Amino acid sequence: MFSFIIRRVLLVIPTFLAIAFLTFVAIRLVPGDPVEARTGERGISPERLAHFRHELGLDQPVWKQFLDYLWQIAHGDFGTSISTQTPILTEFTTLFPATLELAICAMLFATILGIPAGVIAATRRGTYIDYTLMGAALTGFSMPIFWWGLLLILFFSVDLGWTPVSGRIDLLYYFEPVTGFMLIDSWLSSEEGAFASAVSHLILPTIVLGTIPLATIARMTRSAMLEILGEDYVRTARAKGLSPFRVVGIHALRNALIPVVTVIGLQVGALMAGAVLTEYIFSWPGIGSWLIESIQRRDYPVLQGGILLVSGIVIVINILVDLLYGVLNPRIRHAR
Amino acid sequence: MKTFARLLAATMLVTGLASAAGAKTLVYCSEGSPENFNPQINTTGTSFDAARPVFNQLVEFEPGTTKIRPALAESWVVSPDGLEVTFNLRKGVKFHSSKTFKPTRDFNADDVLFSFNRMWKEDNPYHKVSGGAYDYFNDMEMPTLLKSIDKIDDHTVKFTLTKPNAPFLANLGMDFATIFSAEYADVMLKAGKPETIDQQPIGTGPFTFVAYQKDAVIRFKAFPDFWGPKAKIDDLVYAITKDPTARWAKLQKNECQVMIGPNPADLPAMGKDENVNLLSQPGLNIAYLSFNVTKPPFDKKEVRQALTMAIDQATIIKDVYGGAGQAAKNFIPPTIWGYNDAIEPYKYDPAKAKEMLKAAGVAEGFESDLWWMPVTRPYNPNAKRIAELMQADFEKVGIKTHLVSYEWGEYRKRLQAGEHQMGQLGWSGDNGDPDNFFFLLGCEGARPGGQNLSKWCNKDFEALFQKAKSTFDVAERTKLYEQMQVIAHEEAPVFNMAHSIVYEPIRKNVTNYKVSPLGRREFAEVGLD
Repeated sequence: MFSFIIRRVLLVIPTFLAIAFLTFVAIRLVPGDPVEARTGERGISPERLAHFRHELGLDQPVWKQFLDYLWQIAHGDFGTSISTQTPILTEFTTLFPATLELAICAMLFATILGIPAGVIAATRRGTYIDYTLMGAALTGFSMPIFWWGLLLILFFSVDLGWTPVSGRIDLLYYFEPVTGFMLIDSWLSSEEGAFASAVSHLILPTIVLGTIPLATIARMTRSAMLEILGEDYVRTARAKGLSPFRVVGIHALRNALIPVVTVIGLQVGALMAGAVLTEYIFSWPGIGSWLIESIQRRDYPVLQGGILLVSGIVIVINILVDLLYGVLNPRIRHAR
Repeated sequence: MKTFARLLAATMLVTGLASAAGAKTLVYCSEGSPENFNPQINTTGTSFDAARPVFNQLVEFEPGTTKIRPALAESWVVSPDGLEVTFNLRKGVKFHSSKTFKPTRDFNADDVLFSFNRMWKEDNPYHKVSGGAYDYFNDMEMPTLLKSIDKIDDHTVKFTLTKPNAPFLANLGMDFATIFSAEYADVMLKAGKPETIDQQPIGTGPFTFVAYQKDAVIRFKAFPDFWGPKAKIDDLVYAITKDPTARWAKLQKNECQVMIGPNPADLPAMGKDENVNLLSQPGLNIAYLSFNVTKPPFDKKEVRQALTMAIDQATIIKDVYGGAGQAAKNFIPPTIWGYNDAIEPYKYDPAKAKEMLKAAGVAEGFESDLWWMPVTRPYNPNAKRIAELMQADFEKVGIKTHLVSYEWGEYRKRLQAGEHQMGQLGWSGDNGDPDNFFFLLGCEGARPGGQNLSKWCNKDFEALFQKAKSTFDVAERTKLYEQMQVIAHEEAPVFNMAHSIVYEPIRKNVTNYKVSPLGRREFAEVGLD
C-alpha cells in the first residue's frame, strides 16, 4: 500500500511538468499578449509596447521564460497577476473556498440522490419507476448548464420568489471572512439569519452544478447494481433468507459502489468545468470566472498558476479516490 | 435594577433596528471586478466605476452631461497665451480615514503634485508601483503637453503647457486625473506597503471605501465630511453580477436598484415592467467605415460619397443593432457639444451612387477589400455581419469586395499602418470633448501607424481643428467644430455608421439618477425613495 502511494505521488511530478508546459505554450499560441489585450481602439505605441513587454519579461525567448517559470514554481512562487498586481496564491486562496464549497455541496447533492436513484432503478428494472428515473437522468445528463441555471433563476427566484437570484449571501450581512466557506463563516458570525441566507443562496447553484454528476452517478449505480444483483453470492444471500434490504443495501451495494466511486472521482474534473459556467450565472466568486477572465486579459501568470493549482487539486483527489477504492475493495488492496 | 437594564437593552435593540431599517442602501449590479482602485492605472470602465465614489478630480463632469464644472479646484485662470492654467484649490476638503490611515491635514497642493508626478516623473517613488502603466495619462499625451506643475502656495497650483490646449481641462476631469492623498502615500511607503494606496483607496469623494471581495461585492459608506452636497444614501453596494440575465433578475426582485448592460433581448420586458424605469441615451461613441484615401479610387471624393450612398444604413441599424443603435451622420455623437445637427445625411440611393461612380471614371466598378474587426465593441455588436451587409450593398453598384480580418491587436496595427482599402473601426470618447473624436481625422494621425485610418489630411479641416484646440472659449470652439463637420461631410473620408444606444434600467424608487453620456456610473447625487 505504502509503495503504491509513493508510486502515485511520484507520477504526479511528470504530470505537473506536462501541465505546466501545455498551459504555458497554449496561452502563448493565442494571438495577442497581456500588454496589447488591455489597449482599446487607440492601440499602443511600439515603444511603450516594447517597454512593457520587457518589464514583463515577454521579450525573452519562450524556452527561457519557461525555465524561469519552472524555477519560480519550484520556489513556491506562482507569480503575480498582471492586471491586478496581486500574488496568484493570494487570489487563489481567496476565491477557491467558494468553488470548493459549491463543489462539495453539488457532489453531496449528486451522491445522496444519485446512488439511491440508481439502486431503486436497478431493483425495479423494467418498471415505469426505472424508466422515469433513467429518463430523468438522461435529461439531466444532456442539460446545458447555462440554460438550466437561467431557467431555474427565472422560475424559482423571479416567478416564485423562493430563492435569491445570485451571490453567496444577502448583501445585508457583512462580516469578515474567516474560513472563506460562507456556510461556516455565516454560522460563526452569529448574525441572525445569516446562515439561513447562505443556505438559500446555495440551493440553486448546487442543483445546477450537481445535475450532471447526479445523472452520471445514478446511471452508473444502476448498471453496476444490475451486474452485481445477477451474481451468485447475491442469489445465495437471498436464498439464505436475508432481508431484501440487507441483500441490496449491504452485500450488493458495497461492491456496486466500486465503479461508482471511480466515476465520482472522475466527476471532480467535470465539476471544475461546470463550475465555470455555474459561477458565472450565479455571480459565485470562485476560480471559474477568474480563469476565464485571465484568458481574455492574457494574464499569463493567473492562467498558468491557476490551472496548475486546480490540476494539483484534481490529482490529489484522484489519488484519494484510488486509496478509497482500496478501502472498498480489499482484493485490490492485497493485489497491490 | 434588572428591569431597568432589560428596558435599556430592549430600547437599544429597537433603536438599533430602527436605524438599521432606516439606513438607505443602494445596490448597483455591476458587471465585473475592478483591477484595483486606482484610476491612474486602470483602463476599464468597470474599474473606473468602482473607484469613482471614493475620489475627486480638480474639475468634474456635471452629472448627465459632458460639461466641466469645478471640483477640487474652485476656479481656474487661463493665461492669455493659453500656456498656463492656474487652479485655485478648494479649502477645508477632508480625506477619508481607514484602519491603517488617519489624515492629519486637509487636501492641498501637495496632493495635486503627488498625484500627477506619480504618473509623470520616473523618479517618483510611486511611479513603478502596481505595474506603473499610466495608459490614459500617456494616451491623452500629457507627457508631451505638460511642461511643469508648480505649487504656488498651499491652495494654488499652476500647470504650464508646451502648447495651448483647450481639451486639457476636460482631460483633468477624466478618471486618470484623480487626486490622491500624498500623506497616505508617504505613510504607506514608509510602512513598506506602497501598493496599499491602490487597493484600499483613500480619497476626498462622497463615499468612503469599506470593503471589497473579489467577484462578489464592493461596499461604500457615505462620507459625512464630504466637501460637496452630502450623499442622499447611507450605503452604496456594488453587487458584482457578470451575467446580464441574472442582473435583470436581481433588478426585478429588488436585489439591486440600478444595473449596467442589459441584454438586448430583455429590453421589451424592461420597458413594460411597472417597477422599472428604462433610461436610454446615445453612447459617447461612433462606429465607422474608413476609406483609405491613399489607395485609388478612394482618393476621389466622388467615389467616397458614392460608396456612402450605396450603403443601406437603415438596414444595418435595424438588423445588427436591434434597438440599441442610432444612425450616425456626423463623426461625433449628438450628446457632445459642437454637434452639427444641420448636416443633411447622405440618402441611400444605389442608382445615384452608380451614376456618381460612372462620373468618377469607375463605371465598370472595381475590387476592394473590406475589413471587419474580430471582436464585439460597445459601438459595434457584429462587425462581420455589417461587413456582409455592406458587401451585398456594394455588389449592387458593381463593387466586388472581399472580407478581411485579423486578430484584434494585429487588426488595429494593420489598419493604422493603412494596409486596408475599406476598414471598420470605431471610437469611444474619453472626455466628451469634440477634439477627442476629431483627432482621428486630423493630419497628425494620417502618417503610417497613426490613428487616422483614412490617412486623410485636409488643410482646411486641419486648420480649424488646430484653431479649436488652442481656443478656450466654448462658444467659439463650437462654431469651429460645426464648420469641420461640414467639410468632413463633403469630403466623406469615412462612412459614419452608428452610435450605440446605452440602456440603463433602474428601479422607480431611485431618484436623480442620470445616464452619463461618458458611460460612467455616478452615485454622488442619487437618492432612494
